[in-house]
Amino acid sequence: MRDVGIVGVGHTKFGRWNGSYLDMASTAAVEALHDAGINLAAGEAGIDQLFLASMGAGQVNRISGAASALVDTLNLRPAMAETVENGPASGASAVKLAYMAIASGLANTVLVVGAEQMRVLSGWESTDFVATMLHPEAEYPYGMTLPAAAGMFTRLHMEKYGTSEKDLAIVAVKNHENAMHNPVAHIHLVPDLHAITDDEDANVINPYVAEPLRVYATCPMSDGAAALVLTALDTEREFAHKPVRIAGVGQATDTHVVAERPDPLDLFAVRESAKRAYEMAGMGPKDIDVAELHDAFQILEIAESEEVGFFPRGEGNKAAREGKTRVDGEMPINTSGGLKAKGHPVGATGVSQVVEIVRQLRGEATGRQVKDARTGLTTNFGGFGNNVVSIILTTKEKG
Amino acid sequence: MALIDEMEKQLRPPEDTVEPYPAKYITLASGEKMLVRQISREECGIVLEAVRPLMTVEKDFYDIVASRIYSEVLGYMRYRVKDEYVFLGTINGEIVGIVNGRLVTPELGMSYHTIAIRQGLRIGAQLFAAKMEYHFDILGQEEVLVVAESPNGFKRWMIEYELESRPEVWHELGGVPTFVLTRELWEKHKAEKSTGRRPVPDELLAANIPPHLSASYAQKS
Repeated sequence: MRDVGIVGVGHTKFGRWNGSYLDMASTAAVEALHDAGINLAAGEAGIDQLFLASMGAGQVNRISGAASALVDTLNLRPAMAETVENGPASGASAVKLAYMAIASGLANTVLVVGAEQMRVLSGWESTDFVATMLHPEAEYPYGMTLPAAAGMFTRLHMEKYGTSEKDLAIVAVKNHENAMHNPVAHIHLVPDLHAITDDEDANVINPYVAEPLRVYATCPMSDGAAALVLTALDTEREFAHKPVRIAGVGQATDTHVVAERPDPLDLFAVRESAKRAYEMAGMGPKDIDVAELHDAFQILEIAESEEVGFFPRGEGNKAAREGKTRVDGEMPINTSGGLKAKGHPVGATGVSQVVEIVRQLRGEATGRQVKDARTGLTTNFGGFGNNVVSIILTTKEKG
Repeated sequence: MALIDEMEKQLRPPEDTVEPYPAKYITLASGEKMLVRQISREECGIVLEAVRPLMTVEKDFYDIVASRIYSEVLGYMRYRVKDEYVFLGTINGEIVGIVNGRLVTPELGMSYHTIAIRQGLRIGAQLFAAKMEYHFDILGQEEVLVVAESPNGFKRWMIEYELESRPEVWHELGGVPTFVLTRELWEKHKAEKSTGRRPVPDELLAANIPPHLSASYAQKS
């Protein structure tokens, strides 16, 4: 297999996009191509394949075959093009497929775009749209939603490991602080820990969404797009940036129905996807300098930090409490602001996570830069942990 | 008395004595303390200036809400609306939100508008709750007529408070379908919707009076 690296990144500001879906996706794509030093206007982009990650382009925006529309919009014809739909893990799946296309020799340079425009829906409609990723017969028809699933997961975690609402708030505040340094983050506002937990007004200004999850323990609904240019490392083509190598890609699935798991707190697919990525990279958790973990709910950052091997099971809460996951901590997590504050346009998230790690490894994460970061991990969580993709990126030479 | 004064007297609605809203303060998610208080006619000038920049912002229907608030506050300032009230939300004196309404009868209130100038801190939700607190808990009214002119308003009031639909009842804002917050619904929801503390410390009052305009409006970017 050929080695693959990332030479270009692009990212719209997450939040509300007032233009069209294709404008949003194109904006991130053009930025990534430009970042790679590819002159799109000259008609010589040299893109062999486009993967567009989206969970809802067809369902929400009424655009089927969205990749075909995007490849034409970008004037990249006759590049191959596919839309990738894998729930909230669509983005990392698209990166994986791009890796496979290049590693196999089918393509030399691939453009990956993740784009989701969810704020055309009301909050309730968005919740329903996201809930369609749950089991179509055993969960969704009974009114299960992702906040409900996360609420139950959180309650169990609290009972078994002593995680508290304050622990969740600590993670949220940390991520909001990081987002203040990320110009593309959805929310530029830092909540006050006391105000959202212990203050007399906390119950009203930080109400429950799905007890014990409060507003500041869940991510917002966001529009947004992110893009990457991947290329073969054995190519002679020159780009504006030295490639950041994709050292490992791991994916794993778990029971679609959460209730069928022997232990609902066991995020097997997270653990297994990370294990596979570590094995492929010839690395372990101690080699990771910075990570982007899928914190659609703050409990997930804590639980995933355990499953990917950063902390022992049941001690992710303690690590957050002790500041170990802060930018200057021993294992910085979600320096971008995470899904909590950067935002979570579902299909774009996995691509956005990789963009942040590339920026960290290039030393471009101004204000939130992890010192001497050379290797990073992303974990993109699909369903309620039923389809998870982890990716390891590095600037280290292959050893 | 000059003729003009006599005519002006005829134009003004009769004055009733209405119990004022006691100021309170709320700690927002940012940790900042928002003062909520009723303002006098003499303070209306700056409120007009506070909403003026939003009168041309189409996004989220800020244009119609800001324009109507402008008109309603002007109506209050010029003695053209009976028993109207205006509350300000301020943080360190900065005007971050405005709500208004009026009393129709001793039992019935009429909610006019709610506007959040600073976004992302649930300021609009808190100011709306404050005016409902005024109608029900301070004035002892039984019902408040409410309409929404934006999807955000509909979500916050009609859905979250489970307002009773009463389209056959006329609301002063026009033909928009009327909904009603009844005392029963208020009692059901107020614990999760309304908060704040009294009395307001002198230093907090001093930091918020007189109010001043926000330096920027995110809605315009």
